[in-house]
Amino acid sequence: MAQNARDIRRRIRSVKNTQQITKAMEMVAAAKLRRAQERVHLARPYAAKMEEVIGSIAKAGGTRHPMMVKRPVRKTGYVVITADRGLAGAYNANVIRAALQAVGEKSPDEYTILAVGRKGRDFFRKRGYPVADEITGLSDYPTYSDIRRIASAAVKMYEEEVYDELYLVYNRFINPVQQTPTVKKILPLEDVGAGGAEGRRLHYEYEPSAEEVLESLLPKYAEALIFSALLDAKASEHGARMTAMGNASDNAAEMIESLTLALNRARQAAITMQISEIVGGAEALK
Amino acid sequence: MSTIALDIVTPERTVYSRSVEMVIARGAEGDLGILPGHMPLVTTLPIGLVHIKEEGRWSLVAISGGFLEVRPDRVTILAEAAELPAEIDVSRAQRAKERAERRLAEKGRADIDYVRAELALKRALNRLKAVEESKGAMR
Repeated sequence: MAQNARDIRRRIRSVKNTQQITKAMEMVAAAKLRRAQERVHLARPYAAKMEEVIGSIAKAGGTRHPMMVKRPVRKTGYVVITADRGLAGAYNANVIRAALQAVGEKSPDEYTILAVGRKGRDFFRKRGYPVADEITGLSDYPTYSDIRRIASAAVKMYEEEVYDELYLVYNRFINPVQQTPTVKKILPLEDVGAGGAEGRRLHYEYEPSAEEVLESLLPKYAEALIFSALLDAKASEHGARMTAMGNASDNAAEMIESLTLALNRARQAAITMQISEIVGGAEALK
Repeated sequence: MSTIALDIVTPERTVYSRSVEMVIARGAEGDLGILPGHMPLVTTLPIGLVHIKEEGRWSLVAISGGFLEVRPDRVTILAEAAELPAEIDVSRAQRAKERAERRLAEKGRADIDYVRAELALKRALNRLKAVEESKGAMR
């Protein structure tokens, strides 16, 4: 570490600049996280309510809709939700790894990928995975209409039997410092409403008919599931970025500290040398 | 006066959640007037307006298609989008209307575009109508 003082000073300055950026990013991510969490919260009633209605229809009559029935799987669809940008720690890597694990040993014509987010799309494209559809450039606070196109495309491909099951791969938001990569099956909707058994079963009247209501309700429900996963993933992204940038700021602080120490040593060494030179010179004059 | 709880929920937020006296909506098979104690019902809702009577006053909400669930004590509307007249951006709806009309005027393109343009036109007209009607009601 015997650098000269000027070099060390320069490095301290550069690390400080980086630290300022990471600190700013951390704070921005924290603010975005709060809003994203709020949106996750606001979006919850919609899907919950839909599940309730579908559950009561499914329970009341023996209505079997193709979207609720399991069929032999020839092809599987994966909706992989990643971020558009990096600098979020292992966020994107985790999702991609989870997706690759889910795909496993399948041959390329046994599955297809719908990529949400630039990072995932680039990864799968570059390596020649079958990407059927993609959507990038989503805002930090995506609206339902932003995701609508890919969500309805995903559901439609299931209906048209392009694939026989559909999974979502995304980072589930646990808390601001913890996100778990999750693979969740959304189609077929096998056990919708199987849970929450209500005390009193209501006998609904359906207009025009139970089948037709279900017919239009189920695709919307699947779309709502994709949308809520996206909101969850966004919250996770901001959480992951906040944590990653917090760590980076801490590391920068540590680095500055050790560099300052080295700087002081170098400075003292220089002073000591100068003194000893002066003393030596004076001694020689005697 | 007895009331019934009304929730209007979209994927993004809960637009309306209050106790009301009456709800009028256009269902799949005609207009429905819902008072407290209505029998359980589920119906699809086309793009349209929902009229709400609360404390003797009428107001309305523009709905871009969805579902209506009725229970004796609770009405829930699940819609892809829903706006109170005050939230509607008139110039944006106007632009959407013109854009959709332009698309519909261009013949001979893939028919999927047609369906979408038609729906967009319906939504835009519905929003404009909501704003107009609510202005009329205030006078």
